[in-house]
Amino acid sequence: MVADNFTSRTGQKIEEAGPGAQDLRSSRRFWRIKSFARNRSAAIAAAFLAIVILAAVFAPLISPHGPDEADNLARYAAIGTKGYILGTDQQGRDLLARLLYGGRVSLLVGVVPTVLAGAIGLGLGMIAGFLRGIVDQVIMRCLDIVFAFPMVLLAIAIAGAMRPGVLTEIIAITIILIPYFARLARTETQSIAPMPFVEAARAAGGSSGVIMARYILPNVFGPIVVYATTLMGLMIVVGSGLSFLGLGVQPPTADWGAMVAEGRVILRRAPHVTVLPGLVILAVSLAFNFLGDGIRDALDPRTIGR
Amino acid sequence: MAFIARRLVGVVPVILGVSIVIFLLIQLAPGDTATALLGPQATEASKEELRRALGLDKALPIQYGVWLGHALTGDFGRSIATQIPVFDLVLPRLVNTLILTFASLLLAVIIGYAIGLFAALRSNSIFDRLAMSVALLAGSAPPFWLGLVLVLLFAIHLRWLPVSGMQDLAGDGGFVDLLLHLILPAITTALGPAAIITRIVRSSLVEALQRPHVRVARAKGLPRAELLQRHVILNALPSIVTITGLQLGYLLGGALLTEVVFAWPGLGSLLYDSINARDLPVIQATTLLIALAFVLANIIVDVINAGLDPRLREA
Repeated sequence: MVADNFTSRTGQKIEEAGPGAQDLRSSRRFWRIKSFARNRSAAIAAAFLAIVILAAVFAPLISPHGPDEADNLARYAAIGTKGYILGTDQQGRDLLARLLYGGRVSLLVGVVPTVLAGAIGLGLGMIAGFLRGIVDQVIMRCLDIVFAFPMVLLAIAIAGAMRPGVLTEIIAITIILIPYFARLARTETQSIAPMPFVEAARAAGGSSGVIMARYILPNVFGPIVVYATTLMGLMIVVGSGLSFLGLGVQPPTADWGAMVAEGRVILRRAPHVTVLPGLVILAVSLAFNFLGDGIRDALDPRTIGR
Repeated sequence: MAFIARRLVGVVPVILGVSIVIFLLIQLAPGDTATALLGPQATEASKEELRRALGLDKALPIQYGVWLGHALTGDFGRSIATQIPVFDLVLPRLVNTLILTFASLLLAVIIGYAIGLFAALRSNSIFDRLAMSVALLAGSAPPFWLGLVLVLLFAIHLRWLPVSGMQDLAGDGGFVDLLLHLILPAITTALGPAAIITRIVRSSLVEALQRPHVRVARAKGLPRAELLQRHVILNALPSIVTITGLQLGYLLGGALLTEVVFAWPGLGSLLYDSINARDLPVIQATTLLIALAFVLANIIVDVINAGLDPRLREA
């Protein structure tokens, strides 16, 4: 067994280091939470995102209409029409309902690929950075190929070759994101691998797998989470772009990007059908960016306690 | 020169990898490859002929070899939708995409550098804060939607600019006409990258302004313009150029979506049409061409950077 005394960086056995250590740790956590809370825009962004996510999850409970429910007598209704607060589209479907239900798909397409790619990229980057040599070369050269494409182009090409759908969008975005996470994980791993506690674990007879899982992973995890949060805003935008092109959910299912595309043909007559879903995408992507900045600042030791 | 040569040789394996990915796109397509390449209307006999010609009954690496051989001679087959050879279809579109991308790049660089410089010189002023807020908004907005909002404002409400297309049907097709059609798509494509460039220019200049050698130069009484030029901008330039280069990918990707919004007859709208028509040979050729343009642009950025920073030439 590998000695557990070296887990201080992961915080598992730190109590043994003496009574002062516990205080140090809790005070550090205190500063982190405090600096996050002090970052007002990040806190507002987090609250806003929580509301958006809850609204999407509980759409069937709070939505005044069904998302595909067409009222032929209320087509092209403007914002503020009685019964349709945000107006209706060319088929007389309630925009508020479509925005609420559309959030389920749009958020899924922005968040799931980021998490998936984060996990896969973390694994690949850690293996490349820790094992080095030929494994490193093979993994990184393969990922370089993905970097040779403009991000959106590769996603469009992959999704375009497959059958359109939510799963297609998720796969396409996951593939284009993996190299970004892998590169970060590799750099982080390379900076941690030479540290004494890793050397000690190796000397104690720990296998590569055990060392990576117990000593490298906890240290690489934080930066990956921060990076994932900052990327989610961009991925909401990229995902809505794929849906705008018709590569995602098919009509009549609501999705923010697809709604912009549907409104495009009636831009003159009912501009709100295009403008509203775009505003929602903008707000959500902005909120993810603020949240990412806030988390980064809160975890960055240079800004702690300032 | 040696640096450029090294860089060009180094890119060969990457381009090979890119071609493999694009070749594999056919494998992603649902159903039989011959049907995917010839379309659902193709007869069994023509499918059989294609299978023989492309070696579709052979192993995947051999198929790739045959495909690459054709691709190297510019033969991507015929478009399923139009039956025109793909190469003839794609080439004129490339020119239009390059026009849009260059115009957007120029715009993004001018906006980003000018506002970034002003914001850095007056950091924490009202102008600085306003500029950074606008940059944050522009950088977070979906570009295709931004394009539609611009159309709504400037083409539909104010009627200053045309809604879409590249030329007026009734017009003379001259330079002014093209320029008028170019303004909105170029702004749409440029805004996101411009926002990122602005933020980077500002932060690297603010950092450079605080360096000790700048304070010394200022204490010596160096004129402001010379101080900025020699000690601040030159120092911040390599990181700024690198970031600008990174924006090329966003620009090219953004241009694809902008073309769809504005019916700009470039590779992006061709890609969109061919995806809707499930026209796989055109999807492959378009993707390959854009990826090649991107790889080439990255080399140009590296060469410019090496010209600016002698340390990079050694590496």
